[in-house]
Amino acid sequence: MIRIRVPLVPAVSAALLAAVAVCAVARELVAPHALDQDIYLGVVGGGVEGHLFGTDQLGRDILQLSLAGARSALAGPLVVAAGSMLIGFFLGTVAGYRGGVADMLAGRYADLLLALPAVLLAIVVAGVVGRGYWITVAVLIVLFSPSDVRVVRSAVIEQAPRPYIESARLLGIRPFRIMFRHIAPNIFPIVVANLLLNVAFALVALSSLSYLGLGVPPGAPDWGRQLADGRELLGDNPLAAVVPGVLIIVTATAVNLLGDWLSELLDRRVVAR
Amino acid sequence: MSTTVLAFALRRTGATLLLLLALSLLVFGLLYLAPGDIARNLLGTRNVTPEALAQVRALYHLDEPFLQQYWRWLSRAAAGDFGTSIRTGGAIGPMMLDRTGVTAATAGLAFLLSVLAGVPAGIASAVRRGRWPDRLLAGLSVVGVSAPGFAVGLLALYVFALGLGWFPLYGTGTGFLDGLWHLVLPAAALALGLGAFVVKLTRAAVIRELDQDYVTFARGRGLSDGTVLRVVLRNAAIPIVTSLGLMVAYLFGGTVLIEVTFALPGLGSLMEESVLFKDIPVVQALTLVVAAVVSAAALLVDLSYLLIDPRVRARTARR
Repeated sequence: MIRIRVPLVPAVSAALLAAVAVCAVARELVAPHALDQDIYLGVVGGGVEGHLFGTDQLGRDILQLSLAGARSALAGPLVVAAGSMLIGFFLGTVAGYRGGVADMLAGRYADLLLALPAVLLAIVVAGVVGRGYWITVAVLIVLFSPSDVRVVRSAVIEQAPRPYIESARLLGIRPFRIMFRHIAPNIFPIVVANLLLNVAFALVALSSLSYLGLGVPPGAPDWGRQLADGRELLGDNPLAAVVPGVLIIVTATAVNLLGDWLSELLDRRVVAR
Repeated sequence: MSTTVLAFALRRTGATLLLLLALSLLVFGLLYLAPGDIARNLLGTRNVTPEALAQVRALYHLDEPFLQQYWRWLSRAAAGDFGTSIRTGGAIGPMMLDRTGVTAATAGLAFLLSVLAGVPAGIASAVRRGRWPDRLLAGLSVVGVSAPGFAVGLLALYVFALGLGWFPLYGTGTGFLDGLWHLVLPAAALALGLGAFVVKLTRAAVIRELDQDYVTFARGRGLSDGTVLRVVLRNAAIPIVTSLGLMVAYLFGGTVLIEVTFALPGLGSLMEESVLFKDIPVVQALTLVVAAVVSAAALLVDLSYLLIDPRVRARTARR
């Protein structure tokens, strides 16, 4: 019996992420009053004066602010994941296929950066070099790349001794072409799954840095920043911290669930081929 | 045989020391990464007069070549002298020592919580593979891995401290029991991600062993489930112990955010304050110490491998 199974969990995750993406792209349409301050009003709890989730210290509407925060929650992590995977893909493929000195160098590079917790290193470097969203993103790209190098390298090493590579080599195809035209499509599932996992990690890392005041500038709509501001409002309007906190957790979880599902799916495809 | 094992241990220790040396060079380089004049940065908020600048240059030997400065800094750090803080003007070594207790207690408690909850949950999940407890735990551990500790910590503060009043809001408390009570929420928030990681890891390790032929055989011979599980667990323990080293690194990353959230005066919040103040000497010292602790943990795990697994011992000896 053929039963079409609707995968509920990935469907819900995808829908959720689509909603976040819409808010991120159309921030000005979805939350036009996100940055409107009302210092006379100040902090109010949920439901007061038409503010469903209340306001923060500056009288900004928590709902609008949270919707607007979707942009920095999605843009940076996507760039981090893509950037670090780009580095990881090239270095990892060359290291895994060529071996020798290239492999040694890539290995040492990974050892060096993995010897320290990435979040801690990001805090240190972002703090010393300078604050700012895109500087932090650049720092995270460098810090995330070693694990991508490792993942891609081991996937390539696993592919290299297979017959199709050997025959390609015997046909006299250049190594560069073998690496990026023959091996690359076969490690694609691993790359995609890792990409999504990195988006979730980067979301957590970036909001951690914003929480510490190292990511986005003060006053910008960002969930991490909102949590930091909301920490002082737990008594007056707990929703100021609860709403962005739940949003970070739910978004990161949705990305991870989607990543798990996708990697399983793509894995099965490759095996079936 | 024991000499080859010893040689392996020495080689591994040497590699760790080399790695630390390379890291320390990077950490020292932080001073030069910071934008602006180094002497001016080192003055902090003090008055910038030409005399003060000259004094700082002399104090930090900024006119000497980079490598000479680096070596002076490193050899002093190795002896426990990390210099003085820009922010407080005090010696950094004692400052860090003061803050170590809180961090060690929180991280230790979080470690215990995550292992004590994570390992049995992972085993239970693997044994009941595919059934509802397994799927429930799998779902929960995805949430646990995804949720950042500081967000969970804030939510926990709101619900358990402010709402229900079961736990104190901030600070460290007085006395041992009260102090421990103050650390429960922070440790639990820190342990959530770690625990989820332990569950996933334990489950995967146990399932890998359960799928082995020897398990099928043992069951076919009529050995009881308990006996089989005991053998399986012994074999599954190895990858779990190996990742303990990784967990130490994770704990150090998370503790900064947790300590800031719960206003705990530990090494993590010292790091936050120093980073925000651009107190670079303190940041350097802290980073170096964390790098040393994390590398030492990884080294210990690698060496304990030799003790736990006779197969690894044999393989090392054969090489």
